[in-house]
Amino acid sequence: MSSVPNRPTESFETARTGNAVLGKSAVVKGQILSREDLTIDGEVEGTIEMQEHRLTVGLSGKVRANVKAREVIVLGTLHGNVETGDRIDIRKEAKLVGDIRTARIVIEDGAYFKGNVDIVRAEVPKPAGAAPAASAPRPATTSSPATASPAMAAGAGEIKR
Amino acid sequence: METRNSSGLDQFCSLLVERPGLTLLDLAGANQSTMAFLTNLGHRVYSDDFLLQMDRCFGEGDFYENQADPQKASQFLDSALDYPAQHFDGALVWDTLEFLSGPLLEDVVGRLSNMLRPGSYMLALFHAEERAETIPTYSYRIQDRKTITLVPRGRRRPAQFFNNRSLEKLFSDFESVKFFLTRDHLREVIVRR
Repeated sequence: MSSVPNRPTESFETARTGNAVLGKSAVVKGQILSREDLTIDGEVEGTIEMQEHRLTVGLSGKVRANVKAREVIVLGTLHGNVETGDRIDIRKEAKLVGDIRTARIVIEDGAYFKGNVDIVRAEVPKPAGAAPAASAPRPATTSSPATASPAMAAGAGEIKR
Repeated sequence: METRNSSGLDQFCSLLVERPGLTLLDLAGANQSTMAFLTNLGHRVYSDDFLLQMDRCFGEGDFYENQADPQKASQFLDSALDYPAQHFDGALVWDTLEFLSGPLLEDVVGRLSNMLRPGSYMLALFHAEERAETIPTYSYRIQDRKTITLVPRGRRRPAQFFNNRSLEKLFSDFESVKFFLTRDHLREVIVRR
């Protein structure tokens, strides 16, 4: 992971799992570009780009940034617009204020969210040698709310724009 | 948690099925079932918890006296309803208007009218028990186009009782007002901008 913080980088650590962790006492102002999954338990102000990887805003994490990532999980506080290639998961007690563009979204009961949700059609990789064709939508992953758990994904199977 | 059939929601959804790609406002607070229902129809959803915004602005002290404070009212309008004109194709305001009093209620309805595109629908609910001192509040969630799930959020004192006449007056700037009377003391109102 590379970062351009104004201040300490010593709080970044790579856990045994291979994830980078920004600890509780860390404050970063600037741009974060990451080539591995990142967990933020401290404070970040700026922009975060990690389009092939997962960002987790931990319970104590406070992020004020626009985020681009493959997947975002929010347990703490996030102010900013979020764009994910795959999904965003807003857990209970999370607070997210900003607009979301994503293929799938999960909102747990108890989460606070203020903003716009724009479900975007995800490109399906074309098999090698396949003739060019319009990209197919991902299958919807939504199930009946009456039978699903609070953390059920909304999918983008039938977008017709 | 309970469910109820909703003719008002069914009417609201008739717009959604005909025209995908709409921008909708849901003031019940973000929840999975409504988000899944609306986004699977191909719509954009703007979500906020209007009751929570009210509590943040007016919750300390007397809830309705605070709403008469111009500074607090202005702060509330700017934080909860700061959207461009004609930004939305539909709005789900549920029962939130029952907890707004006097001039602020008119300002909120005015803003909602301004935010909606002509021809769009707004769904609002009003309790029909005239003598009730407090009424139950819920987090309203769409289960399907005719069914709402009600998740209890306690009871509150309503600002005033609304009958058909007062509702027609409240929504006089809208093109039409349609009422659905239900057996469970809830008046469903669909207004067309």
